[in-house]
Amino acid sequence: MRELYYSHAIREALEEEMERDECVILLGEDLAEYGGAFKITADIVGRFGPERVRNTPISEAGFVGVAVGAALTGLRPVVEIMFMDFITLAMDQLINHAAKFRYMYNGKVKVPLVVRTPAGAGRAYGPTHSQSLERHFVATPGLVVLAPATAEDAKGMLKAAIRCDDPVVFVESKVLYGRRGPVPEGDYVTPIGRARVAREGKDVSILAYSRMVEEALRAADALAKHGISAEVVDLRSLAPLDLGAIAESVSKTGRVVVVEEGNTTGGVAAEILARIIEECFYDLQAPPRRVAAADVPVPASPTLERTVVPDASVIGRAAAALVLGD
Amino acid sequence: MNTPYPPEELLSHYRLMLLIRRFETVLSDLFGEGLVPGTAHFCIGQEACAVGATASLQADDLVTSNHRGHGHLIAKGGEPARLMAELFGKSTGYCGGRSGSQHLCELKIGFLGSNGITGGMVAVGTGAALSQKLLGTNRVVLSFFGDGATGQGVLQEALNMAATWRLPIVFFCENNGYAMSMPVERAFAEPSVARRFAGFGLSTEMVDGMDYFAVREAAERAVARARQGEGPTLVEALTYRFCGHSKSDDCSYRTREEEQRWIERDPLHLMRRRLSELGLLDVAGEEDFQRQVEAEVQAALAYARSSSDPDPATATSNLFAGTYPD
Ligand SMILES: Cc1ncc(C[n+]2csc(CCOP(=O)(O)OP(=O)(O)O)c2C)c(N)n1
Ligand SMILES: [Mg+2]
Repeated sequence: MRELYYSHAIREALEEEMERDECVILLGEDLAEYGGAFKITADIVGRFGPERVRNTPISEAGFVGVAVGAALTGLRPVVEIMFMDFITLAMDQLINHAAKFRYMYNGKVKVPLVVRTPAGAGRAYGPTHSQSLERHFVATPGLVVLAPATAEDAKGMLKAAIRCDDPVVFVESKVLYGRRGPVPEGDYVTPIGRARVAREGKDVSILAYSRMVEEALRAADALAKHGISAEVVDLRSLAPLDLGAIAESVSKTGRVVVVEEGNTTGGVAAEILARIIEECFYDLQAPPRRVAAADVPVPASPTLERTVVPDASVIGRAAAALVLGD
Repeated sequence: MNTPYPPEELLSHYRLMLLIRRFETVLSDLFGEGLVPGTAHFCIGQEACAVGATASLQADDLVTSNHRGHGHLIAKGGEPARLMAELFGKSTGYCGGRSGSQHLCELKIGFLGSNGITGGMVAVGTGAALSQKLLGTNRVVLSFFGDGATGQGVLQEALNMAATWRLPIVFFCENNGYAMSMPVERAFAEPSVARRFAGFGLSTEMVDGMDYFAVREAAERAVARARQGEGPTLVEALTYRFCGHSKSDDCSYRTREEEQRWIERDPLHLMRRRLSELGLLDVAGEEDFQRQVEAEVQAALAYARSSSDPDPATATSNLFAGTYPD
């Protein structure tokens, strides 16, 4: 299969969906001629024009609100928030508007909105350009939250998100933008709400998403050298969560490490652990563990950043400790 | 003295203003007696704004509204009975009892929605206007908000985008002098909303919000501009709420003299006087209208009271559209 960058897979999904459905429009800062801060939308304006590839002023609250209104009335807007850190400006429009409309208007409306945004550390951008804030959206009823880890899923999941009639927060990884992987040509969707076993194993389950899948796979390689067989599950969809796939893996291995790039307290991993304890308690042979970023902002210095954010060695140590019992 | 408007239309709009007044008065008494759950904000004194502004619209034009939205809904064609049922939290309410007073929606009459977040729906309305432009409909959006909402960044962002993109929207500000207890002069160095936003690149106009004719004429000019692709207009209507901010407010922040000055310009009296000067309404006609609206409000009340509560089994339904592609 041909290989594409994760970033180009996203672009291909956008172009194919814009071609397929005239109601799909793009909104965000510097999207048009400039192509967005990470060049994801480069050249799209040339093909679809500035009406559908719409540069906005620096008004995250305003243009997410505009996108919500457009979604309510027949368009399928795909918004880019330049860095996930800036999504805090649009929190009200997501939590109090997009997420609530269908429920509080009792099913009279739908909000087919996608908010794409690059998250995560690893590029030394510092405290306000490195966060993973998906926890807030996972904890908000009414939102779908997706986080692809591969180029193939980046395309397939974005297409699913655009065709989905509910508001989606689509978490991209700015480190993964530069990774290549096999991507099918033409149309396909990666179903929402389904995890993927990225590597089979029998001693311990490592659950991860987005860039942390890569670190988990690296950890699994290292563990294999020590005779430990780790299963890596790529969660893909954080809301809805694929509890079936999680339970299947955990009941098979009896041990679980949940990994996220966001801070530890009140995070996505915390929620998943709570679910595992509720659903799989008697399958567990060891206390479940989470591996997440320290509870501090992400510092800029690469040395400090590496210290704060999880990587393969921390994940591997946590998994090994569960299996070896120390 | 004459008027360009058909007499039957003027009479029906006057009747609508009476209906809103009576609806709100009865409702506020019921709240006072503790007979309605939750809270509500009444638009007593502001009826000429709701009715005069929506009079400029066609049936399929869209309205967004705020926390003080009962009048907007009724003026756009809402049924008092279903609104009353919503306020009583009943299954027959516009949103099945989920929305209460502040979160109304009825797409069939072009009432896109209200929300309890001050200023938020102005961005949503702007997005609805973007849809009309891109989908090539001939509809316009009218977005109601208060003076207090103009302090919100999201509203200012939306105004800027609407002006920059020349969207078919009318921003209708009901400046009633206060945001809860906060006088507009203490919140803004430039208390006039029209003057404050004049530099945004949209048309602005200030009108007497107690005068149905003045409001309607200004709104018609604004709607015509929007429909002809000449971009948005901000209409600032100077008005006053004769009641407290919400069900519990003793209005200690304003004087009885000030209230009296505004009550002398009661929009119902002004309209009644104009109609009798035009020879359209006499004492018998007035009494007939009063009887009709009383009957309608009492019927609404009976409908609300006799309606069933929502089925608890539905409390978690309609959160997601939930149809995901695979
Ligand atoms: C974001 C937000 N902040 C504060 C409030 C509380 N609140 C509700 S209405 C209101 C005053 C709004 O004033 P204005 O926009 O002038 O409308 P009015 O009540 O005068 O009709 C306030 C402060 C709110 N509902 N939402
Ligand atoms: Mg006010």
